[in-house]
Amino acid sequence: MALFRSAPIAPLEYTRKLWMRGWVGLTMLFLYAPLLVLMVFSFNDSKRNVVWKGFTLKYYEKALNNDSLVEALVNSLTIAFLATIISLVIGALAAVMLWRFRFPFKGLVEGTMSLPIIVPEICLGVAFLIFFAKVEWPTDLMWPLNLSAITIAHITFCFPFVAMVVRARLASFNKEEEEAAKDLGATEWQAFRDVLLPHIQPGLVAGALLAFTLSLDDFVITFFTSGPDTITFPVKVYSMVRFSVTPEVNAASTLLILLTVILTFIALKVQGVKGITETH
Amino acid sequence: MSGALQDWKSQKKPFAAIASVPVFWLALFFVAPMAIVWLYSFGENAGPADINISGTLDNYKRAIEWLYLSIFLKSLAVAALTTLICLIIGFPVAMAITFAAPKWRPWLLLGIMLPFWTNLLIRTYALMALMGTNGYMNKGLGGLWEGASWLRTLVGMQPLEAWTPIQLLYNNFAVVLGLVYVHLPFMVLPLYSALDRLDKSLIEASLDLGAGHFKTFMQIVVPLAAPGIVAGVMITLVPALGAYLTPDLMGGTDSQMIANVIERQFKRANDWPFGAALSFLLIYAMFILIALQSMKANKTKEVR
Repeated sequence: MALFRSAPIAPLEYTRKLWMRGWVGLTMLFLYAPLLVLMVFSFNDSKRNVVWKGFTLKYYEKALNNDSLVEALVNSLTIAFLATIISLVIGALAAVMLWRFRFPFKGLVEGTMSLPIIVPEICLGVAFLIFFAKVEWPTDLMWPLNLSAITIAHITFCFPFVAMVVRARLASFNKEEEEAAKDLGATEWQAFRDVLLPHIQPGLVAGALLAFTLSLDDFVITFFTSGPDTITFPVKVYSMVRFSVTPEVNAASTLLILLTVILTFIALKVQGVKGITETH
Repeated sequence: MSGALQDWKSQKKPFAAIASVPVFWLALFFVAPMAIVWLYSFGENAGPADINISGTLDNYKRAIEWLYLSIFLKSLAVAALTTLICLIIGFPVAMAITFAAPKWRPWLLLGIMLPFWTNLLIRTYALMALMGTNGYMNKGLGGLWEGASWLRTLVGMQPLEAWTPIQLLYNNFAVVLGLVYVHLPFMVLPLYSALDRLDKSLIEASLDLGAGHFKTFMQIVVPLAAPGIVAGVMITLVPALGAYLTPDLMGGTDSQMIANVIERQFKRANDWPFGAALSFLLIYAMFILIALQSMKANKTKEVR
């Protein structure tokens, strides 16, 4: 009887209307069903992933014993980690530069910095392919130096995003605080470290998560930048999907989805649900 | 003094310390590679690994031949259709999030954003697994088919033939569905942020004064959410136009998009100058789209 006792629907409570709920439910089903099926079937004891044949962890074992898959995963995480740290530094500097100074060609610099966000991935990938071929970037270095070309490419498309997020955060900074610190004898560096940095910290966390996800997610640019011997997780999964669909891909994908969910929940703990949703 | 910009000349040392790294990086690893591509687009193949930049326009002439122009137009059509479907699916979702109870709102948003953070390749692969000839989508359709057949026997008609799985993948339909699947969160988030800023009392006023829900929606909600709609359309259209992975994995031989043609010039066909010209044409197309958007944005500002 609870159904009948609930309050009547107010005009603006669109969300309580049945068709609206159905619509949202179907959209969520559309977004999540493929991922959930993939995750469930990664435990399926059958090569042909159609019917449920019982629970098994053997494809996880296989995936984790597949040396090239593990190497690809380690490479991807290394690249994402390095790209995040460097993008964070460059992005924060770029944000402070645009926020603090007036300088010649500022509009040009600002516009150019937003281009890596706008230019299609394929064009950026092609540009890096040509660039690294032209400067004869060495491809036979030892690990992790053999990842340098990919890392550089990732930093280039990640740091403008970091700059954007940090700059949005800087807009709420009261410059008088920094001036007060300097009046009280702080050096330029101390004022930056003790006053400005704590203020932009949430922006930095959001920017870091964004950069890490973008780097881990990237296929197209990596596909063009990677040498013959360096392979990343998306590139590896691509070739596995392309040439032979194996249940190992399901298992490895499930691990990466779990990593994404874990990262999201870390972000939630750090920033709260509101903080996360506001940065996008 | 708060809020004022400092002139770089009065602060040369801190300015140099802050600006040098980002500007240097941007110049070396973005402007330089793009400039090389641009130069290559005016070049010709002089040997297996040698490109002679001769200032020729042949690559551009070849790019506007019907064969390539038609692929370009088709990519635009596919991207536009994707954007339209995303808008139709996404608008009610954004409305529902806006008017949801405050404690539910962040979780609904998170629900939209989590797929957006999940690896693109994994999502495409997951959708492909569902759409395969043995996948659940085919099983669902088969179930509907058998249901229809059973209904026919119920009213005394001949049952339908047995269900044969249909090929859902490797065609244009699959490409559009894949692009919608991937880009839907891009559309919902800007729509939500526009609807969230909207003054809800205007909707109430419209309803109180006798307009129906549909009329209110078309004449109050849509015009006020216009900046968000434009932003959502751009943020979906631009990446969909340059999409590579979805048409590559889910498309058939006739559903390649412009990005796939560009890729082929750099891998199999090995015609770098032509690929460079095509990729600059794609970049110019993006610029035109963005210019149109900012013109539209300026217009809406003037009207207010």
